[in-house]
Amino acid sequence: MGQASDSGAVGHDAASDSGAVGHDAASDSGHPAASEGDTLVTAGVARLLAMLDAGDVSAEDVVTAHLSRIAEYDGDVNAFLTVLADQALDHARDIDRRRVRGEPLGALAGVPVAVKDVLCTRGEATTCGSRILEGHRPPYDATVVTRLRDADAVMLGKTNCDEFAMGSSTENSAYAVTRNPWDLGRVPGGSSGGSSAAVAAHFAPLAIGTDTGGSIRQPAALCGVVGMKPTYGRVSRYGLIAFASSLDQAGPFGRGVADTAYAYAAISGHDPMDSTSIPEPVPDVREGLDSGVDRLRVGVVVEALGGGVETGVAARVREAAELLGKLGAKIVEVSLPHAKYGIAAYYLIAPSEASSNLARYDGVRYGLRVDGDTAEQMMAATRSTGFGDEVIRRIMIGTYALSAGYYDAYYVSAQRVRTLIIRDYREAFADCDVVLSPTSPSTAFAVGAKADDPLAMYLNDVFTVPASLAGLPALSLPAGLDERGLPVGVQLVAPLLGEAVLFQAANALEAEVGFDPVPRGGNAVHPPDTAHANA
Amino acid sequence: MSAIEQATAYEAVIGLEVHVELSTATKMFCGCAIDFGGEPNSRTCPVCLGQPGSLPVPNATAIEFAIRLGLALDCEVIDSSQFHRKNYFYPDMPKNYQISQYDVAICERGHLELEVDGEARRIGIHRVHMEEDTGKTLHVGTSGRIHGADYSLVDYNRAGIPLLEVVSEPDLRSAAEAQAYLSELRAIVLTLGISDAKLEEGSMRCDANVSLRPRGATAYGTRVEVKNLNSVRSLGRAVAYEIGRQTGVLDDGVEVVQETRHWDEDAGRTSTLRAKEEVFDYRYFPDPDLVAVEPAADWVARLGKELPELPSATRARLRSAGLAAHQAASLVSTGLAPVFEDAVAAGAPADDAVKWLTNEVLGWSNEQGVESGAVALSGADLAALVAMVSDGTLSTKLARQVLDGVLAGEGTPAVVARDRGLEQVSDASELERMVDEAIAAQPAAADRVRSGNHKAIGALVGAVMKASRGQANPALVNELLRDRLISGA
Repeated sequence: MGQASDSGAVGHDAASDSGAVGHDAASDSGHPAASEGDTLVTAGVARLLAMLDAGDVSAEDVVTAHLSRIAEYDGDVNAFLTVLADQALDHARDIDRRRVRGEPLGALAGVPVAVKDVLCTRGEATTCGSRILEGHRPPYDATVVTRLRDADAVMLGKTNCDEFAMGSSTENSAYAVTRNPWDLGRVPGGSSGGSSAAVAAHFAPLAIGTDTGGSIRQPAALCGVVGMKPTYGRVSRYGLIAFASSLDQAGPFGRGVADTAYAYAAISGHDPMDSTSIPEPVPDVREGLDSGVDRLRVGVVVEALGGGVETGVAARVREAAELLGKLGAKIVEVSLPHAKYGIAAYYLIAPSEASSNLARYDGVRYGLRVDGDTAEQMMAATRSTGFGDEVIRRIMIGTYALSAGYYDAYYVSAQRVRTLIIRDYREAFADCDVVLSPTSPSTAFAVGAKADDPLAMYLNDVFTVPASLAGLPALSLPAGLDERGLPVGVQLVAPLLGEAVLFQAANALEAEVGFDPVPRGGNAVHPPDTAHANA
Repeated sequence: MSAIEQATAYEAVIGLEVHVELSTATKMFCGCAIDFGGEPNSRTCPVCLGQPGSLPVPNATAIEFAIRLGLALDCEVIDSSQFHRKNYFYPDMPKNYQISQYDVAICERGHLELEVDGEARRIGIHRVHMEEDTGKTLHVGTSGRIHGADYSLVDYNRAGIPLLEVVSEPDLRSAAEAQAYLSELRAIVLTLGISDAKLEEGSMRCDANVSLRPRGATAYGTRVEVKNLNSVRSLGRAVAYEIGRQTGVLDDGVEVVQETRHWDEDAGRTSTLRAKEEVFDYRYFPDPDLVAVEPAADWVARLGKELPELPSATRARLRSAGLAAHQAASLVSTGLAPVFEDAVAAGAPADDAVKWLTNEVLGWSNEQGVESGAVALSGADLAALVAMVSDGTLSTKLARQVLDGVLAGEGTPAVVARDRGLEQVSDASELERMVDEAIAAQPAAADRVRSGNHKAIGALVGAVMKASRGQANPALVNELLRDRLISGA
């Protein structure tokens, strides 16, 4: 592993580093505090936990370092819609007190996390990036949020996203356009662009996003971080504000596979509040992380390296396959013949569900209300004012697709395609253990480049949508940079409930790729000082 | 079928859709308690308020109740059914869609046996499906409806209460059959204990689909849906009205318009609520938040074995015990059969017990507005009351007063009779004194009896009863008067 910021780099190096960043450094008045802060914001989860456990740093130090970096640089990135600084510091101090008293602490005690603004946080603004939920304060926590709190992960704030998670660039937010930390003139991807940018910009080591058709994996790819969509039903959807219920799934971001596995372990597992939650216990994916790939078969999707894929992306995917082969994996070609219909099916199923899920935003009970002479006019005015263009477009598509006379031709046909794609994967997994493809056909594009071309925007999801339709676990990890110096992501897809093999393969590939997740280049966010981390 | 209905050239085809609000402890898809009378919006949570991010989880007891009703109606319990979303905007719907069952219901293809005017009828049950109730809207303003209201208030306490919708086949042919069907369905629901099934209060709601066709035709005529039927009586009146109205329309050579009509109980007629053009496109699709309902076969079998005796079986048993059909029907439909059976077991003659229940107890519950099945009268109380009458402790008239006391919760018949001072006076010396006083007070009447006009004795008996405020034993008074005036003792 070439990079100290790799979360896998726990061990003697980390232990020897920790001596240099003790409490004394923080009390110094000069630059050492900044160096310590930079070390804390580049450290992986295992290393942070080791330092916290050893008492070398406090949770307050860790949280303060991240909040400082957010305060200084999020004006350039706009990753956060809400920064919960006071709450985060209170939680951190509480963790520190409990640690001193020897009280039990959660598995991520003191590790900061950023949460996408579609996950409900009790008493704290949860807007889905939409005007219609401006100032909405849910009366309850999403199960994912509860589990993060139970793990004593410290929530730094709520991250920006495309409105109701509809988009692939985070330009559809009613509040801000999030910028890609690798090039502030480019988009971070979406819809979980705030979460991917927060992790890439070293505002938080971990973030939670949601993925309906690629909304974790594509921004992870564009921001040079790891993003993982669990098997549908592995992570509770309770409190995840619905876009398309049969596809929505929350999942983690991290700057390394191991970090991402920590967050996955914290949020996954059965929840009786979600009828679609899978009751089976979740194996600890961290146990097999280092098992290698020499007994694995990796299927390369033959259709995925043809036209429409940028050459830099295709090159990194081929290299990734070669690296896996070099590590002992058997590389096979697999075909997903119906995946090409995935986008069409997805853009009928998801808007259909969305048209119903978003019906509740009518001004009657919560959120925005625009008055009208009658209840009907009030509801219409509220919705016309509160929803942005892309949301309205999808509500209209979905309403049309579900209408009497069109339902069979659109919704039912789309569900048949879904069945065919599930069958494609089943056949592919007869020949391999994981499927490899690009995550996104392109690297990060310029802000505004596709904003007025919905179809071009939808094609960003071409490689991520099939796994969503099939409910499969999938992960994007950085495979290097393209010729412009922008991160390229590769996607691994595993069979249902195959998270362990997914993390195992990704971890092996990550070590071989040796990607440095610190954004660099002329228009990148100001990088943290990695001198200490590299020491 | 009445003579008027039979006289027309048309046959009525009627199907009923009946909603039953289940008396589960909690709502259909969340843990909110179902308790009536709470402050508006006090029995709510993120789920039944449709808060963003909340998800429904089905209530297992509601599913059990649905299966039990389906089994009681001889339905097939479907091994895999689904919840759909019925999409439409209305402020009393927290999510602007209702979770309901659509193409496949939990129970399908059953039937209900009726006896109407001595004729056995088998009415098909199309399906029993589960859904959630809506909230209640109060439109403040002169119109009282959402259009033209100054403002509207919404109470979501009812939102999410489990409902079963029982859809009959169009097998009913008269208002009387419709009424019999609704009464019987209600009796079954009450027997199962799955709802309090109060039509007046809306915990049971009935819509009627009514159409006419020429007698002998097989094709159905255009149907009209009639809403706002808040009692079995309303149903009968509304169906009879609608049959008459449609008969008039057809006799005029005009076609019946397919529409939804509102029954006005006070005016005694229906009026247009919604024309066919206004029928909504509900855009049904399977609710992706819920998985298929797949009840285990052994569970369904056990629920079938544990079904209580159904009203038809109870009626048959009561009739075989000697009751007339109407008596058995009355006891079952009013929920008084258990009281009757307990009273008989405690020694009351069946004839006496059924008369007291169908005449006195039902009369009292109607007057007091108490649900007949909920009266505070045990079989033992009724048996004791009947015994007190037959052994002369109470006259029939006094016994009615004692029954009032028992029903008012004053205690057993013996306690009420004692506390109210209602025991019959059978003490000979006391009665002799009162008889002598009556003879002294009405010498002319006494003379008429003495001279052979035995009917005149009635006036004297009446005087004694009046003087005793009804508590004298009339048989003994009669006997004493005869001794004095006729035998010439």
